[in-house]
Amino acid sequence: MTESVLVAEHGIEYTYTRSTGPVIGAFLTALRDRQIVGVRGSDGRVIVPPTEYDPVTSEDLSEIVPVADEGVVTTWAWNDSPRMGQPLDRPFAWALVQLDGADTGLLAAVDAGEPGAMRTGVRVKARWADGRVGSIRDLACFEVVA
Amino acid sequence: MSEPVTIVETPIKLDFSYTPGVASSRFLRSLEKGKIVGQRCPKCKKVYMPPRGACSMCGVATDEELILSGKGTVCTFCVTRIPTPGLDAPYVSAWIRLDGADITSMFLIQECDPEEVRLGMRVEAVWVDEADREPNLGNIKYFRPTGEPDADYDTYKDYV
Repeated sequence: MTESVLVAEHGIEYTYTRSTGPVIGAFLTALRDRQIVGVRGSDGRVIVPPTEYDPVTSEDLSEIVPVADEGVVTTWAWNDSPRMGQPLDRPFAWALVQLDGADTGLLAAVDAGEPGAMRTGVRVKARWADGRVGSIRDLACFEVVA
Repeated sequence: MSEPVTIVETPIKLDFSYTPGVASSRFLRSLEKGKIVGQRCPKCKKVYMPPRGACSMCGVATDEELILSGKGTVCTFCVTRIPTPGLDAPYVSAWIRLDGADITSMFLIQECDPEEVRLGMRVEAVWVDEADREPNLGNIKYFRPTGEPDADYDTYKDYV
């Protein structure tokens, strides 16, 4: 038995179709229009991305609040080896971005080029995808503001 | 596109390289030549099809190979009345014990009315054209009735 073993490429893919509900739906609808929105919590904080329920009282939330598409990095980690399906195909930073007008961080990719360009507090701005469809991917990534 | 977003699709994908191992590679290459290869356990003498290179009951390697005829007996079947991509309903899937094999394998049964399929029905493999064969189980398109008398119950009673 000296013949080589076979190898086949396999892909298993499940595409879930989800109902967004009014809050996440508003967030995705805004992304399609190059806007980012959050939701106001019971303590007055603006939560981005918006949550359907209040993190303190668990009550339904519904007051949609527009925020800026620019903000500051509050923490970050460098991703040296991006994997298939990640936002960028070259090394980038995963960061929590606190947008102007928001009180929480949005997890996003920052196309910083190299880790030396990243630091806590650096200002970043959204880069929008072409052909937006109402998906989190409409927000392609953030880039460092010069 | 001014309607609010109410539905979103979230794909989840896994890509991987599948290696079937030595025994299955030989089995799959044989299928490419139109032959169904089984392996016999040296200890319990049971014949595995598809072969896995070892007997799962005895825990020993199975080196002895033999070629099976491609005819077999329906041991269990299911009529599915909901269509599946690539398959019109109703269609029949069956556990078939190939002659000479001691385990059953699942195949489709076609070229007959689903109402006619029954336990003990004798069936044979229908292969794709030789030029279109690849080293995979898809070379056997389905099984069809041979027209032989039904198999004796004792020959498949342990597989129902």
